[in-house]
Parts: sequence; structure tokens; C-alpha cells
Amino acid sequence: MDIGRLQYAVKHIVSLVPVLLGISIITFFMIRLIPGDPAQILLGPRANPETVQRVTERMGLDQPLLNQYLIYMQNLFQGNMGDSIIIQQPVLTLIGERLDVTLFLVIYTTILSVLISVPIAMWSAVRKDSLLDNGFRAASITGLSMPSFWIGILLMLLLSIKVKLFPVSGYGNTFTEHLRHLFLPALTISFSLTPVLIRPLRTKIITILSAEFVEAARARGIKESQVMIKHVLRNAVLGTVTILGVNVGWLLGGSVIVETVFSVPGLGQLLISSILTRDYPVIQGLVLVFAALVIVVNLLTDILYTILDPRVKLE
Amino acid sequence: MDPLLEVKDLEIVLELKERSVYAVNSVSFDVRQGETIGLVGESGSGKSMTCRSILNLLPGTKSKTVKGSVQFEGRDLLTLPKQEWQQVRGKQIGMILQDPTSSLDPVYRVGDQIVDTLRTHQKMSKKEAWERAIKLLQQVGIPSPEKRVSQYPHELSGGMRQRVMIALAISCNPKLLLADEPTTALDVTVQDQVLRLLKQLQRELGMGILLVTHNLGIVAEMCDRVVVLYAGKVMEIASVEQLFAAPKNMYTKGLIRSVPQLDSTGRLEGIPGSLPRMNQPLAGCPFRERCSLATEECADAEKTRLQEVSPGHWSACVHHERMCGF
Repeated sequence: MDIGRLQYAVKHIVSLVPVLLGISIITFFMIRLIPGDPAQILLGPRANPETVQRVTERMGLDQPLLNQYLIYMQNLFQGNMGDSIIIQQPVLTLIGERLDVTLFLVIYTTILSVLISVPIAMWSAVRKDSLLDNGFRAASITGLSMPSFWIGILLMLLLSIKVKLFPVSGYGNTFTEHLRHLFLPALTISFSLTPVLIRPLRTKIITILSAEFVEAARARGIKESQVMIKHVLRNAVLGTVTILGVNVGWLLGGSVIVETVFSVPGLGQLLISSILTRDYPVIQGLVLVFAALVIVVNLLTDILYTILDPRVKLE
Repeated sequence: MDPLLEVKDLEIVLELKERSVYAVNSVSFDVRQGETIGLVGESGSGKSMTCRSILNLLPGTKSKTVKGSVQFEGRDLLTLPKQEWQQVRGKQIGMILQDPTSSLDPVYRVGDQIVDTLRTHQKMSKKEAWERAIKLLQQVGIPSPEKRVSQYPHELSGGMRQRVMIALAISCNPKLLLADEPTTALDVTVQDQVLRLLKQLQRELGMGILLVTHNLGIVAEMCDRVVVLYAGKVMEIASVEQLFAAPKNMYTKGLIRSVPQLDSTGRLEGIPGSLPRMNQPLAGCPFRERCSLATEECADAEKTRLQEVSPGHWSACVHHERMCGF
């Protein structure tokens, strides 16, 4: 990596600090606006008020909000996100155990979506306005408009219960098992991600197909397959990389629901359960991690872009 | 001597959504070895389309019919099977397009694109091809080619890029070079350099050049013979001397008159009217509605056929005898 890219990366990682600070403030106060008392939830509806009071005090939740925030920040800067109220474990440990699962799912989904989108986009672009192109377009809209939890349940019903091709849930222990277990979850998210990729990619390919450099390459006798891959696709991919980067945040959001549907032990599942139990420290920690992931992925996208397109320089 | 390229009765009809466009109507001409032919006409006259059809590069999305024949070295290019195209394109016929800023792929280094072309047509190691690429850049007059070869297109100037395009086109020593408005997008000073380069390369490699242009100045400077197109029909074929001394077609005359002259004091003359709608097959002379000599005979397809009016001078005008000088 050259100096320019390194400088850019460092600068952006530094600028991550104020962003995360802002996010920590918003999440900290927002979750406390949600009705529901963690102590009450922990102890159950029939606990007596004194016990609830005692537990609240022990968790420090009786203190003024500002004080609570300052204590939280003090710990955070020492690398401590606090302990989970419900599971009684350090938040960092909880996240660390599940981060790789969610990352696996996100990367798997990205690769799967690209593998599905590229051939379809190419085909639709080359046979523009054909029956197939229109068919894919209709399928895209259908895929985009179906909620992912529903697609997830349908796929589960079809491919793991009717036809026992894939496991219903879980993560597995080895890499190949991960691939098998996470295939349906990844496919489910792909259903809504691929349409977002196919449309701009198709448009881009159509534009590039009539570019002069494509004609020039053909006029030089370059094989049609080479023209399509080396010149058309290679140039069309540029914009798609940005779209993928922007959509990673949304992908993480999608993983939250899909992990729950398929009982995948990842961050999304942890997030849902911690929201249901008002486990403040876990929620705060997870939101921070999600935000950091989105920012880092966008940074990586920017850097990848400069590698893919020699005309772009980072400032 | 047999001509290198012989275009015969070429007809191209484009089927658009609502109408058909008769873009090229029975065009015939030839290019001999080592000769430069100018294909001249205004926008929409079918000159680019004729040029592209030689390499079967007409836009594929529109449905179209192409009739006639394009003989090149004893083969009809229009009926060539797909696999054999590769041997003709880039290897025996090179092509230069109008806009050098968009005819190089922006994401590959200049050298990579030359290497790709060389290795498509010749058995060569990557290293050999890279060396050859540097030589080619040198041949087209690019200074410090060792440095330029590993630069990206956006790092080169327009003139330099057109030189790269020329290097690409001549990389496999083609017998024929198609140049579709090769200097239109360039500065006037650079235009001159590029044209001179083409002349020089033609002498070195002995290739025939088909130069598509709307610029009569370039024609006078570069060409041996000229084909004048109007509304997809050949109006006149003549040597440059014949054409400029005594054009035998009113359209050619109008074209020559509308070139600005430094020493003339009068107003610049244009040709009144505009191109006819080309949505039906051509009958007679397409220029008759704008022509001062037009008579009823001009609508007769038979009489407006291209005929030899003096040795090597062909005109499609019924009234060519009524024209003498300006």
C-alpha cells in the first residue's frame, strides 16, 4: 500500500473517534427512553419492589443519567464495555465470541450476492429488453419486496424440511459446516441484496457496451469473452463496489433478523435478545461495534476503489 | 493490380422502432495497396457506417440488414464466420476511432492494452510483447516510451493517446488501416502531426488507408482518391486532383465551395437545405431537392447511376456535362 492510501486510512480511523462518541451518546440515552426496567425484567414480574430497588442500585441505574454516562465512558476508554446485566459476563467477551459468526455471514452473503448478480446483470444487459431481461427485472422487484424473515422461513421449509439439503439452524464447527449452515441465511439476505446490485450493474454494463474502447478492443480482434470480462465487466464493477460498501450497514441490519430466524449464534441474535431484556451495556456495545464495522468497511471500499480505478486518488 | 479492399453494392438498412433508415445505398468503391482513399461526406451520410461494416462492427442492438459484399484478399468479409473475424480484425485490418480519450480502456496501462492485442494475434511471451510495445510507441513518435508504456491513458495528452491508438492499430502490421475521423477530436497543431505520422507509417508499412473525414483540407493533404458520399449514396469518385480541379457533381461542388478560404473576400457559401429523410429506399439522386441543376431526370434511378465520365473519374450526376470548373 502506498503512502497516500496509508495516510488516508490513518486519517479516517482517527475521524472514527468523534463519530463513535456521537453514536455512544445517542444510543446511551435512546435506550433509556424505551419503557422497561432491566432490574424488573431480570427479576420477573412478581419480584417485590424492595428487591427491584436493591438490584437497581447495585447496577448503578439509580444514579443521575449524566453520571451513568460518565462512568460508562470512563470504562469505555479503558477498553471495558461493562458487564451484561442478564448474562453476567463482560460485554466484550460476549461480542468477541459472536463477531466471527456475523462476519462470516456478511462476507458469505456478499460473495454469494456478487456471484448471483454478475451473470444475471451481464445477461440482462447483453439481451436488453428481451423476455429474460424483463423476467429478471420482475424477479428482482419481487425479491426486493418480500420481507427477509418470510423468505427465510420459506427457504427453510423448502430446502431443509421438504428437501433435506441444508440444516435448519445453527453454525457448525468446521469451515465446511459453516458454509453449509450459513448457506440459507446468506441466500435469504442475498434475495434483497442482489436486486440492489443487479440494476445499477446492468445499466452500467449497457453504457459500457457502447463505449468506444469496447468497440476499439473488438476492432483489434480481442476475443468477445475477453472483451466482456476484461473490459466491460472490469469497468462496470467500479460503481458496484461503492454500492456494496454503502450496503454493508444495511446487510448487518439484515443479518440481525435472519440470524434470529435461523438461530445463528451471531451478533444479531445477541442484539435482539439484549433489546428484549433491556440489557443496556450489551446494546450499547453492539451498536458501537456495528457502527465501527460500517465505517471500516466504507474505508476499505474507498481504498479498494483506488486500486480498481487508477484515475481515482485519495485526498 | 487487384484492389486490396473492394466494397460492392453495400446496403445497410437499420430497423428502428417506428421506421427503417436506409443508411447506406448501394455503395461501391475500392482501396488499393499503399493508397489512401478519402471517404467524405457530412454527418449522417453513412461514411462511418460504411467504415464500420467493413469490420462487422455495426452496433448490434439495433436490428439491421446488410447486403452486398466487402471483398478483402479474396474473402467476403460480410459472410465471414465468427471465428475468422479474429484473424482479420486487428491483424490484417487495423482501425483508429475518432475520440482518443474514450477509445482506450481507462483501467489498464497503455502497455497492457498493446500486449493484449499482440498476444491475441501472435505467439509471443509477455516479456517479448512488452518490449515490442515499447518499440511501437517509439515508432509512433512517443517520447520516452519506456516510461509511457506503464502509464494509464488518463496520464497522456489527447495527441499522445491518438498515437497510442495508432500504435495499437499497426501493432500487427495490417495491410489496411481504417481511420474514422482520426483527428476530429484533436487540436489543429496536433492534427497535423498525427496526419503526418499516418503518412510516414503508410510509407514504412505499405498499408492502404481508408480515411473517413468531413474535412476537405485533410482530403487534399492526405488522399490519393476520394469517395464522396451523400445520404448513403456515392456521388462521385475521383482522384484528388480531378476532384478539386473539376468536380463532376453538384454536391461535391457545394462541399468544396463551403470550405472557408483565406484569400477570399466574399461570404462563405453553404449548401441550402438539409439531408433528406432516409426512411425509404433511395430513388434517383438524393441531392436533387437542394440542387440548382435539378430536372425530372434526377429522380430516375437508372440515369443517376454512378458512371465513368473520364478515366478514373466517376460521377452519379445526370448533368455532369453541364459542369465545368467553378
